[in-house]
Amino acid sequence: MNRFPLWKNLLIGIILLIGIIYSLPNLFGESPAVQISPTRAAFKADATLQQEVADELHAAHLDDSRVTLSGNTVLVRLPNTDTQLKAKDVLQSRFRDGYSIALNLVPASPAWLTAIGAKPMYLGLDLRGGVHFLLQVDMQAVLTKTLQRNTNDLRSQLREQRIHYTGIDNNTNGVTLHFADATTRSEASRFIGNNYPDLQLTEQNLPGDFILQATLRADALKRLQENAVQQNITTLRNRVNELGVAEPVIQQQGADRVVVELPGVQDTAKAKEILGRTASLEIRMVDDTHDIAAAVQGQVPFDDDLYTERNGMPILVNKTVLLTGDYITDASPGFEQQSGQPAVHVNLDARGARIFRDLTRDNVGKRMAILLVEKNKSEVITAPVIREEIGGGRVQITGMESPQEASDVALLLRAGALAAPMDIVEERTVGPSLGVDNIRKGFHSNLWGFIVVISFMMLYYRMFGIFSALALLCNGILLIALLSLLQATLTLPGMAGIALTLGMAIDANVLINERIREELRLGTTPQAAIHAGYDRAWGTILDSNITTFIAGVALFWLGSGPVRGFAMVFCLGIMTSMFSAVTISRALANLVYGRRHRLSSVSI
Amino acid sequence: MEFFRIKHDIPFMRYGKITTAISLLTFLFAIWALTAKGLNLGIDFTGGTVIETVFTQPVHTDQIRQKLEQSNIHNATVQIFGASNDILIRLPVKDIHNNGKTSEIVISALKTIDPAVSLRRVDFVGPQVGQELYDNGALALMVVAGGILIYLALRFEWRFALAAIIANIHDVVIILGCFAFFQWEFNLTVLAGVLAVLGYSVNESVVVFDRIRENLRKMRKTAIPEIIDNAITTTMSRTVITHGMTETMVLSMLLFGGDALHNFALALTIGILFGIYSSVLVASPLLLMLGVKREHFIKPVASKTGVSNNGAQV
Repeated sequence: MNRFPLWKNLLIGIILLIGIIYSLPNLFGESPAVQISPTRAAFKADATLQQEVADELHAAHLDDSRVTLSGNTVLVRLPNTDTQLKAKDVLQSRFRDGYSIALNLVPASPAWLTAIGAKPMYLGLDLRGGVHFLLQVDMQAVLTKTLQRNTNDLRSQLREQRIHYTGIDNNTNGVTLHFADATTRSEASRFIGNNYPDLQLTEQNLPGDFILQATLRADALKRLQENAVQQNITTLRNRVNELGVAEPVIQQQGADRVVVELPGVQDTAKAKEILGRTASLEIRMVDDTHDIAAAVQGQVPFDDDLYTERNGMPILVNKTVLLTGDYITDASPGFEQQSGQPAVHVNLDARGARIFRDLTRDNVGKRMAILLVEKNKSEVITAPVIREEIGGGRVQITGMESPQEASDVALLLRAGALAAPMDIVEERTVGPSLGVDNIRKGFHSNLWGFIVVISFMMLYYRMFGIFSALALLCNGILLIALLSLLQATLTLPGMAGIALTLGMAIDANVLINERIREELRLGTTPQAAIHAGYDRAWGTILDSNITTFIAGVALFWLGSGPVRGFAMVFCLGIMTSMFSAVTISRALANLVYGRRHRLSSVSI
Repeated sequence: MEFFRIKHDIPFMRYGKITTAISLLTFLFAIWALTAKGLNLGIDFTGGTVIETVFTQPVHTDQIRQKLEQSNIHNATVQIFGASNDILIRLPVKDIHNNGKTSEIVISALKTIDPAVSLRRVDFVGPQVGQELYDNGALALMVVAGGILIYLALRFEWRFALAAIIANIHDVVIILGCFAFFQWEFNLTVLAGVLAVLGYSVNESVVVFDRIRENLRKMRKTAIPEIIDNAITTTMSRTVITHGMTETMVLSMLLFGGDALHNFALALTIGILFGIYSSVLVASPLLLMLGVKREHFIKPVASKTGVSNNGAQV
């Protein structure tokens, strides 16, 4: 009665073997590495690049490095962190432009393990060090920007259609148009209704003033917000690539938030600055017709904005934006050929190039202003006179104060603009030393607890204690294998979760062992006692684990960050413990006692 | 080796009044602590900034406080943390004008004291995020309690479910009360611990209830209080050993896990201790008070609310 069929034993054996193989990579640790990945489509990581990297390192006497190619990345494995930093410096000076050079840690496990997809557990930021940001997208700014654009559009469109309005302005939630009579208003209403499907119109009458209020439709607003978040994510991804971070996480959370996790980043200030900058480029025309002195006094013309140029001179710039940074395909720092001033070379896409060609052709002899818009603050970088039509979409912007600024501006322009400004609403930075500390602490909590538990079990239940201890060990191995296989993020609370589930898993074995003892006390034969012990305890084990599982699932669903890591481990641990505590310990008991026909006593 | 060789059942139910009175007192004490002192919520829930730094040599907290004042950061709590060159700086949420930037201002202020100061940890939580984490935590507590209640009602009977959940909520309130009384910091990790306790200590009630159900079917002539006494006595050994083992792991966390896990382990320790007490001496008397009867399990044909014929066979 206490025998498993062969297939069952085999199945347990196979599961254990898989568990051992997939938990193995965690024993080898990680080795420092530098990764070089191209950031532009024109460059590729191939054998040539691999050779170049190897040569470069050889020249710098970093001979004990191993250069490999994986996907679109060249990986350089190094013996220690000192050489890692040295190699990074060497490679950074050689592959400056178009490549992202990042420090990374790669599994040091043997190749055959990597080949079958066995990877070590993915460590959370609290264990490996790094930054976690939660960014909130400023939706009001998105709305304001859109309404501003709509106002500009309507102003020129209505003028083109010869529909006369007496006033147009935008407020926080819509555009208000004023008309002299009801006929013009209904004409305008028809025109807007046909051409601007996103706008919802309501009429309002005041004595002598016929008002048309245009607001964004609910679905248009929703789409607008979704697009803004998506564009911000894309932009952030580009910027993070420029920063050179290995394995960054950038994803949406909720309707208007973005999570950014940068493992291993030390310089958080720099990271924050680059991520938070909302720089974009705007090209507008300079208004030379109005009196600049009057404007400085406060009489700024209706259609203009007053700015100060970098040389301190005031300048009037038309409100209408002719071209934005959205059309930029590439930007690189450089120098102006004639004067040797720092400059940024910008490439525009086809549409941008056409707009730029048209605007330069139409405005020869006039001045255009190039503005850098950052956090709702605009600055005129330069305001050159247009000498001739510029085709081909290549623009050179001078007026930078230093080569460093030119390179910063190029980076920001290249990475694209954020659709909306973002605020950091949560930040968690963990220094690398604390990460290493946390791993050690988590490991020790598990180790010592485990040793005490299995020692006690073996003393108290003798042979069945050994079964329980082995089952608990298998439970640990299976849990680690599962976590590695799923590449679930292991955090410090997650390590606490491992300790806790191991402590709780023993419950099942205690239940079984106590039940067997009880049956023996009642005078049942040893074989029947073992059988009854496992059989009767099963219902109880199931019930108690399911209730614990409910808690784990709720925690996973509602928790965030490290708590989620805990919940994940907790739930997986309950599953592995049900298997190992019942099936593995039973298999062991069957192997030892099951074959003996006349069993007079069991060691329990 | 065997610790528990109990010949006769211990008459737990006879002490029902005393035990209920004791737990009522602790419960009221916990409620008092919670209302009078309140939980010392960590920045996870209130919002704010915590910065942990390591200086190359020992520093005076006054010097740091002064430098922070100069950088326009007021109301900062500066404390020595572990060694005399480890400094923990806390900023309440109301002082954060410039949200994400605050940590940089602090670091640059500290660099004027010691250029080689290194950053170990920064936690910044905006007030809105804190509120959400708080709401989600409260929701999680209710979802877990509700989920367990429903499961037990289906698997046993509503009286069992109600008794178990009251016993568990009693544990949770006592943990929270202890945290309030001693003003230990209550953060997200502690909340995870509390929820784990909620799931865990229900185990204990389930084991005893399982035995009660089995006894109700087996011991036809015995009165209900004796049946409960027998169930508790026979599972006693398992109760103590299981909780002892779990507590061993938790103690190991308390000793080796460092600060990050300290309060988590503390919450679990209180939870485990009161979990034993409550499931034996709160849940079972409650079950008796709610009026559990043999008929609830013996005649499945009568199909009373949630009657189940699962579990042990006669």
